[in-house]
This record gives sequence, structure tokens and C-alpha cells, in this order.
Amino acid sequence: MIETKHVSKVYKMGELDLEVIKDLNLSVGSGEFIAIIGPSGSGKSTVLNILGGLDIPTSGEVVVDAVNITNLNTTQLAHFRGEKIGFIFQSFNLIPVLSVYENIEYPLIMIQHLPPKERKKRVLEVLKEVDMLDQKEKYPDQISGGQKQRVAIARALVTNPKIVFADEPTANLDSKTAHRIIELMHKIKQDYNTTFVFATHDEKIVSSAERLITLVDGQITDDKRIVV
Amino acid sequence: MKNIIKIAFRNLKRSSRRTLLTAALITIGVIFVLVYSALSSSFKAYMVGEITDSMMGHIQIHKKGYIASVDNLPLDKNLNKKQIDKVLEVLDDNPYVESYTFRIKLGGMFSNYVSSTNIRLNAIDPQKEQKTLPLFEKRIQESEPHLLKEGEMLIPELLAKGMGVKKGDTSVLVVNNQQGSVNGLNLKVVGIVAPISGPGGRDGYFHIEDAKRILRIMEPEVSEIVIRIKDVSKLPEAMKSMQSLSTIKNQKGKPVFELHAWTKLSPFYNIVKMLDLMDISIKIILISIVLISILNVMIMSVYERIKEIGTIAAMGTPPSTIVKLFLTEGFMLGVFGAIVGSIISFVIIKVIDTIGISFAFGRQSGLVLHPSLQGSDIITVSIIVIVIALIASISPAFKAAKLNPVDALRQN
Repeated sequence: MIETKHVSKVYKMGELDLEVIKDLNLSVGSGEFIAIIGPSGSGKSTVLNILGGLDIPTSGEVVVDAVNITNLNTTQLAHFRGEKIGFIFQSFNLIPVLSVYENIEYPLIMIQHLPPKERKKRVLEVLKEVDMLDQKEKYPDQISGGQKQRVAIARALVTNPKIVFADEPTANLDSKTAHRIIELMHKIKQDYNTTFVFATHDEKIVSSAERLITLVDGQITDDKRIVV
Repeated sequence: MKNIIKIAFRNLKRSSRRTLLTAALITIGVIFVLVYSALSSSFKAYMVGEITDSMMGHIQIHKKGYIASVDNLPLDKNLNKKQIDKVLEVLDDNPYVESYTFRIKLGGMFSNYVSSTNIRLNAIDPQKEQKTLPLFEKRIQESEPHLLKEGEMLIPELLAKGMGVKKGDTSVLVVNNQQGSVNGLNLKVVGIVAPISGPGGRDGYFHIEDAKRILRIMEPEVSEIVIRIKDVSKLPEAMKSMQSLSTIKNQKGKPVFELHAWTKLSPFYNIVKMLDLMDISIKIILISIVLISILNVMIMSVYERIKEIGTIAAMGTPPSTIVKLFLTEGFMLGVFGAIVGSIISFVIIKVIDTIGISFAFGRQSGLVLHPSLQGSDIITVSIIVIVIALIASISPAFKAAKLNPVDALRQN
């Protein structure tokens, strides 16, 4: 599903070159539930961004679903993300002027350009999946943090992505809500064989992950599979 | 596109106070331009109509050199029969010409038996004059509209006031003819002519047959031929159709005729040009208002929504769609300002039209202006506003589309 070969990322900090990812070689299979852990500044989010086609590596290759995304231009990358990737953010990032229903529908209209009937079917399906059907008319400022994250998950899933990248998805949630969100993502993974890759500090995600990749100073120091 | 419009509309609604303020600014600009345009174009149309329809006509033909010495009212620069016939060859059957009239212009002494003064006179063919200058009759005061007959004259208002001459009074006109002999003629004052701005605006009038008699003219002879064209907007084409007259030369190889459009003869045309310049200046001010206010609001909008832009970009929204989103917001602001501004302007102009604006121009007073809003003005101003709104949105829209999603998502 994902293959990285000798990926590195260097940021220019004035006169200095800061290498945040060093020679990353990683292989992610279909339907995996992976947590990338490591101290702050270890490069977790950067790895997620590079794998998701949000950021371009300074060197190396990233192949996702047989597409070498390092060769794509901005528009092609946007198209690639819209078709194959789902993102879940720490602070949900819902569009405040759109209702719950419209937020979820957004990628189907603006990115995948699906016909109305198909859109409605898919949106109602994911709303049901995240148990937010009764909240669909509300706006983001009218629902709780946990509900917002459910909507964000629904929005990430509505396009039927092969991979979902989630950067600290439970960081802004209370413990009980975080548990329910993790359970929800597990269920989706099982139902749709969706690959989940998390960048997280959250023990709850770590303990539920099937694979743990530890990153220190931009390098993988540990990569282990956990048998549940 | 429907969804882009929906999102753009809601984004504008999100900062409703700012949106209203910007839209209000554009609206005020549109009102200012449209009301000014309506007033100035009505004023221009009124004054041009007054000048061309009551005194000057649209085109005048003279013997070469006449206009240069018009202040002397030279009788030796009149057109003779042969020359008049040449002109008529061009005027008759000319598709642009509605009508024409002949005048003899002369200077003389006017006396009411008590005192006398200098007077400038136009000797006219009343029937042709009425056809060529349909508003001329409106200038005649203290008289029922009627065609001037032989033995009658119209005197300028200033002279009438200065000498205490009234309608019905008898007067004597004394003139020198081309040969230098002095001749006199009794004429009855049948009306007072209101002054009008421009050359000839304070002249008296009498019948062309009386002029021939007093000047002892045996052969047809005129000082000027005044032409009314069918469509004023086709003035350049009409002038072109008569250009062949300018090429006619006399035995000495010099041009015989000179043709002048009213724009060259009346100083009011310079005022028209100044009004047009002010019109352009005001439109430039409107463009600046729209450009600055929309640029300002769109730049603020991009900065406020960086994270949101990062989110939609991360989800896979193509840069072109992000550009469209912001352009639509600017476009909607422009459309709103143009529509509301046009409606309010229409109401304001209707009110002014109903009330009427009294004004004085030069020595003319008590003029009443009834402005009207032209559809072409509304369309022009609306197009300017909308196009400028789009232009002002281009830079912020591209800035938004070029944002790196990773950097944008880091913003709080």
C-alpha cells in the first residue's frame, strides 16, 4: 500500500539545514492500524504529511497504491489526496459555515464531483456509521468536541479512502470520548479494510494499535507488530 | 458552481458586519457615480439641445474665412447663388440631413424713436428656421408662437429691457449694405428673444426678405447655411458626407467653403468635454473604492481562514477550486453593491426628476433639469464594479490557492 525509499526531509532554518526525517524506509500494508510514536519534534507529523502527499520529501521516493507521489505536481497531489487519502486532524478542522451534513458532503461535491443521489447515499451511510445521523443539520459550533471528531472521521471516510492519516486525533478529547473514537476507527478498519496511520502520544491509541513505529530524531528506532 | 456560490455566500455572511460595510461602500460609490452621471448627462443633453435646436443647428456652412471674421458680421463673405447651389447639391438627398435653413447675419442700428443702439441680427426664412431649429420658438417671450412675417422683428431680451421696448412697439432698423449705402426699415417688434449661451445667443431676428430689401440684394445671398441632422450621434458621419464641399476651390486655388460642427462653434462643447472628464474621474474614484475595499476584505478573509484553506487543500480541493471560491466572494460583493446601488440611484433620480432641479447657466436662469438614468449607464457602472471586484479578488484568491497545506494547517 505504502512504500518509502530513503526518504529525507530537510527544512531551511535561515542559514541552517534542519534534517527532520532521515533515510526513512517504511512499508505499510492494506488494512493496518499503525501508531507512529515518539517525543515531540521527532518528525511524526512530518512523516504523516509526506505519506499523505501533503508535503514533498527533500529526497527519496514515496509510492502509495502504486503511484509515486513524489513526481506529482500540486494539482495532481490534490487529486491523489481527494481520491485515496483521508485526513483526521487534532482540532477537527470542520468548515464552520457548513452543517454537519454539508461538511461530510463537501469532498464528494468539490473534489469527487459525485451526483446528488450517490452523495446523499454515502453521507447518510457514514453519518449512521459515526452515529451522528440525528445531528446532521447542526453546525460545528453547535456540537461537542467528540461529535466534531466523529464528523471529521465521517468526512475522512466518505470518499472511501484507502488510507486515513490521523494526527493526534484524540488530543482534544476527554478520555471517554477518545475511547469511543478509537473504537469507532477500529470498527471502520474492520468493516472496510481501511488503513489507519496515527501520529500520537495517546496511550489509548498506542494500546489499541496493531503496529507501533517509534521515531526518534527523524529515524525509525523501533517497528513492531503487536499481536492482539 | 452552485455549491461554490453557497459556500462563498455563507463565508460572506460569516463576517456579516464587514461584508455589509464593504458592500455599503461599493453601493455608495455606485450611487454617487450614477446620480452624477444622470445629472451631468441630463445637463449636457439639455444644454446641447438648447444650443443646437434653438440657435446653432448641428452643422453650419459658410464661405471660407467667415468664421474668422464673424465678429464683424462681414457682408462681403456671404455665399452667392452659384455657391449656394453647390451646397444644395450636397445637402439635397443627403441621408443624414433632416433640414437646413439660410441666414443673413448683419449688424445695424436699432432705434425706438427715443434712443438707438447697435444690434446684431439674423435674417431668417421662418419656415425653414422652424424646421431646422424646433426649439427656437420656445425662446420667444411675450408672443404667441407664430411664423415671423415680413415687417416684423424679434429683439433680444437685454436690448428690450435696456431700451424699454415692448411687444407691439414700432422700431427703425438702419443698416449699411456692402456698397456702403445706408438704408432704413420700419419693423414691428412681435416678440422678445430669451438669451442663450454661445455665439449668436443674444441676436435679434427678422425676415430674410426684409434683409434683402434693406441690403439691396438682388441675387440670392446668405451668410450661413444651418443644418439639422437626423441622428446627432452620427455627427462625424454627417460631416464626412459633406466633406466634398471643403475640396471645392476657387479660381485662385483657395477653398470656397468651410464646414463646422456645432462642437467647433460653441464654447459649451468645452464644458461638455470637462463634464466628460469629470465623469471619468468619478468613475476612477469608484474603481479605487471597489478595488481597495474588496482587496482589503479579501486579504483579511484569506488571513483569517488560513487553517480552513489548509484543511480543504489537504482534503484534495484543487487550487483552481480555491481560487474560484475567493473570486466568487469578491464577485458577489461586486454584484450586491452594483444591484443595490443601481436600485437606490434609480429611486433618487426618480425623486429628483419629479421635483426637478432649478439652475442658472450664464445669463440663463430658471432652467429646470429633469435627470433620467440611462440603462447603458447602469450596465457600464455595474460591469466596471463587477470586473474590478473580480480583479481585486484575484491576488488574494491566488494567495489562498498557493498556500502550502502543511504550513496552513499549522496556523492557529
